[in-house]
Amino acid sequence: MVEVPATQSRGPSASEPGLHSAPDPGARATGLWSRLRDSDVLYSFSRSPITITAAIVTALFILCAIFAPVVAPHNPFDMATIDLMDSSMPPAWMEGGDSRFLLGTDDQGRGILSTIIFGSRISLLIGFASVVLATVLGVGLGLLSGFVGGVVDAFIMRVAEIQLSFPVILTALLIDGVLRGVLQVEKSGELAYWILILSIGISNWVQFARTVRGSTMVERSKEYVQAAQVIGIRSSMIVLRHILPNVMGPVLVIATIQLAVAVLSEATLSFLGVGMPPTEPSLGTLIQIGNDYLFSGEWWMVIFPGSALAILVLAVNLLGDWLRDALNPRLR
Amino acid sequence: MLAFIVRRLIQSVVVMFFVAMLAFAMFRFVGDPVHQMVGIETSLEEREALRVKLGLRDPIYVQFARFVGNAATGEFGISYQHQRLVSDMIRERMPATLELSIISALFSLFVGVPMGVYTGLHRHGWLSKVFMTASLIGISLPTFLIGILLIFVFAVLLGWLPSFGRGEVVELGFWRTGLLTVSGLKALIMPAFTLGLFQLTLIMRLVRAEMLEVLRTDYIKFARARGLTNRAVNFGHALKNTLVPVITITGLQLGSIIAFAIITETVFQWPGMGLMFLQAIQNVDIPIMAAYLIMIAFFFVAINLIVDMLYYVVDPRLRVDVAKAHGHG
Repeated sequence: MVEVPATQSRGPSASEPGLHSAPDPGARATGLWSRLRDSDVLYSFSRSPITITAAIVTALFILCAIFAPVVAPHNPFDMATIDLMDSSMPPAWMEGGDSRFLLGTDDQGRGILSTIIFGSRISLLIGFASVVLATVLGVGLGLLSGFVGGVVDAFIMRVAEIQLSFPVILTALLIDGVLRGVLQVEKSGELAYWILILSIGISNWVQFARTVRGSTMVERSKEYVQAAQVIGIRSSMIVLRHILPNVMGPVLVIATIQLAVAVLSEATLSFLGVGMPPTEPSLGTLIQIGNDYLFSGEWWMVIFPGSALAILVLAVNLLGDWLRDALNPRLR
Repeated sequence: MLAFIVRRLIQSVVVMFFVAMLAFAMFRFVGDPVHQMVGIETSLEEREALRVKLGLRDPIYVQFARFVGNAATGEFGISYQHQRLVSDMIRERMPATLELSIISALFSLFVGVPMGVYTGLHRHGWLSKVFMTASLIGISLPTFLIGILLIFVFAVLLGWLPSFGRGEVVELGFWRTGLLTVSGLKALIMPAFTLGLFQLTLIMRLVRAEMLEVLRTDYIKFARARGLTNRAVNFGHALKNTLVPVITITGLQLGSIIAFAIITETVFQWPGMGLMFLQAIQNVDIPIMAAYLIMIAFFFVAINLIVDMLYYVVDPRLRVDVAKAHGHG
């Protein structure tokens, strides 16, 4: 089981750059690239303007998140540059606005644009990490369940069924609450990242497990697996080397859709006050902070982070929808 | 039929048993119940006495049996934070959550079904496209953001509707209702809309997909060939056949509406169980968390059971192939 994470965590993230740099074929004509260039997937991508827009928006968000310290006009975590005198300023184009802060400032004098860029960074980081955790958990348990079968399979699938009958956000809230209890509330501020990644990751493994289990059961009865068994390869080797690559296709699709779910869950938990603390705000925390100032008419504190979140989730959702259709030959 | 019911019942009991074990583990091992109840000055002897009195020194299976017995009679201990019986707190707050959940379920059903029928019948009409695009945005916008936007527009800018609370309530015995006063109804509009919106898009898309499927079938073509009016074909034949899955999904969604009420209740400061649960999580108030977990699980299991049985009654095909009856729709 120890080798599993390394193999699988590469799944969704490694194909991500391939997706975005796909429109640039001539660069390196290795086997993979030429295959990608001629594929139906790329063709359907280039024919769908909505998907291209969604991909560009997602790529922009990811780039902004990675290069946040360079892109953002200010560093909202650098106490030296924050001035309380700048607090609660409206956007630059409104009366009383300041050209230094394009989208206005929050209650502590941090530029909204900068907090959004750094907030997306935190949101996406937690989103990616929890999807990776869910993928590792789900694919691992799915492989185990599908390959071993019997009591193990029945137990894992029963647990999955029970968990599936509860909404994800409720499971995440419960795990979050228990973790905060175990780790003591006082420390939960520093550990907020880990609590969120764990609670969102654990609450999302079921879909991966069910899909992988199904395909594993199909693959297990195929001849190449029997052949491998006959020549005496260890079961763990067969599962990791031979079955795993053949069941990863649908996992990529689920992972993309789950990224949107994870970002949304993180935002919801943070908004509910059990996620990221205000000192390290994610998009959800920013919306929560802004919500308190809505009644005094300072709408920019909530509308801009809210729009950023909605656009990000919509773009990732559209991308996931397209990927699902493009990789499913039955729908063509 | 009987075998089917018995098997589903046993499954439900097993699920409830696991959930009770989980809740008990939370209750017993997360934090120290005694530590939460006493002050700093309490001596070690007094703590030990309290421990014995609470039964925390009994064998673990005795404690678990007692926990299950208490939970079955609706007793969940005392809230750490409020120092009150959890069962009393739940009894006070349950009507608020149920009213909100049921109203939004009805709203999503009575608006979602006609929208779904319309988009199914006129799939290329401009209004259908508007509905479909709006539903996509509705799915991508998080619930709390929709609530905030509504508050901003209707409470802050226009000042038409209250932004928080339940308005005036009327006591009907043990049930405290907000449905009988004008301010109570006004306070209900935005939360119910926010909570029901996601289900509405779900139901609309489901009805649309089912309608498109049914309209392609031979018996619809035959009904048209017989010269029946559009109205009779669309509503008498087509819609009727789409309703089975719709009812199932709506039933199953009722559970998640109650769970999603956590978010809506927080946005609108609606004094229901969800808000209580959230405050319990923020303060690590384990007895309330455990009680809420068990109650929600019970709701889910009961709804699942009822829906499965209804399905069995409504859909004759399941009686042939019982194995399919496990699906969660």
